[in-house]
Amino acid sequence: MSLVTPDFGLLFWMVIIFGVVFFLLAKFGFPIITGMVDKRNETIGKSLQEAKEIEVKMKEMTLEHERMLEEARSEQRSILAEASAARKEIVGKAREEAREEADKIVSEAREQIAREKETALSDVRREVAILSVSIAEKILRKDLSDPAAQEEYISRLIDEAMSGKSRIES
Amino acid sequence: MKRLALIFAALLALSLPLKAEEISRQARNDKEAEESVDVVGIIFGHIGDDYEWHITDWGEKRIAIPLPVIVRSRTTGWHIFSSSHLEEGPYEGFAIAGEGPHEGKIIEVATGERPFDISITKNVLSLMMSCALLLIIVLLTARWYRRHDALSEHPTGIAALMEPLIVMVHDMAKENIGEDYKRFSPYLCMAFLFILFNNFLGIVPFFPGGANLTGNIAVTMVLALFTFFTVNLFGTKHYYKEIFVPDVPGFLKPIMPIIEVFSALMKPVSLTIRLFANMLAGHIMILAMVCVIFIMAKYGPVLTGSMSAVSVLFGVFLDALECLVAFIQAYVFTMLSSIYIGLARQKGH
Repeated sequence: MSLVTPDFGLLFWMVIIFGVVFFLLAKFGFPIITGMVDKRNETIGKSLQEAKEIEVKMKEMTLEHERMLEEARSEQRSILAEASAARKEIVGKAREEAREEADKIVSEAREQIAREKETALSDVRREVAILSVSIAEKILRKDLSDPAAQEEYISRLIDEAMSGKSRIES
Repeated sequence: MKRLALIFAALLALSLPLKAEEISRQARNDKEAEESVDVVGIIFGHIGDDYEWHITDWGEKRIAIPLPVIVRSRTTGWHIFSSSHLEEGPYEGFAIAGEGPHEGKIIEVATGERPFDISITKNVLSLMMSCALLLIIVLLTARWYRRHDALSEHPTGIAALMEPLIVMVHDMAKENIGEDYKRFSPYLCMAFLFILFNNFLGIVPFFPGGANLTGNIAVTMVLALFTFFTVNLFGTKHYYKEIFVPDVPGFLKPIMPIIEVFSALMKPVSLTIRLFANMLAGHIMILAMVCVIFIMAKYGPVLTGSMSAVSVLFGVFLDALECLVAFIQAYVFTMLSSIYIGLARQKGH
């Protein structure tokens, strides 16, 4: 049967044609296609890996972000607290100072007043002394017009002076 | 239910030719022998090789593409002429043999011997055309990859068509061969696409297709031998050790090499026969279905009509089946080749 006996002519051509086409395609055909496809698969794999890594990183960054936000918030709180404390302190100090100043002014004023009063009093006293001397003079001028009275008065003064002197001596 | 009814109808229709056989036996006595259809002749004419490419008969006129005959006689040397010369009878001392051991082949008229015959026959022309098609398509695909940045573009056009096939074979090689699969992937791609193209072209019933190339034992044998040589030329030490000094009990030592060598030699034979027989059987079935119409032509309009419907339905079914088989056989051949190569590339345990 010719069906199961290979025909030489066809064998011959098959070997040549298949061989040549195989050679050409193995050189210029398949390796280019499979090479590109392999490269693309590699790229896809790498991209997926990268995407996964980026996702992880994104998650980390989100956490970091939240943490930073939280930190910032707590810092803000502490700064605000500090600020209010500082404000209180400053205000308190200012108040204290103001009070001290006021006290000082008041006391100075008081001293001044006291001093003024003293001066005024001494003035008044002097005036009074002068007045009283002049009154006494006027009174004396009138009383010592007669010599007896004069005599008596002088002696009394001498007595007084003597007694005063003796009191000092004793 | 609908499907069941369809199958039942088909079976019923199939039983018709059995009855028709009885009728035809009676009828044959009455009618002339020349009216009966030469089914075997038709089928073998379609599945066999030929020195010309017969396309059709237009009325009385025979339409065929004459092909070059290239023969070398032992006595008169090389002869190259058109096959159309052989139609009228012997030419330059050569003729197409009738009955006998070389039926249908060119013989030398003087001696009755076969000359050295490398004629471009129908199958060879079909081989050339399909290989040219394969070459063009794969090179165009390669050109697409060279011109486009495959890393950022998806394949379009011819690349989108060919890439799945090539990648399928490439992955098959990766799976079955192992680390140095890239050396063998081009051969497997080539074998797969070659078989696939020719299987599909064989199903096409008119000119560019229609040759029964993968159903020809010479073609499948060459393919299987390519696989055989690839396997055995690239076999590792471990592979040959497993064949000639396998690690088996002493009494098996002399027997195992014989079995292993035989198995290695039978692998290409099984590859040859599997592809050849599958494709041949498919072609014969489809042709037989078509022939049923012409056989039935003389049994009256009722039988002819019903059988034509059945055979067309079955022909469509078989053609669809053949498309499936065309792919499966290409896949199986490539798969087995890759497995054989993978076995020969083992590095030991």
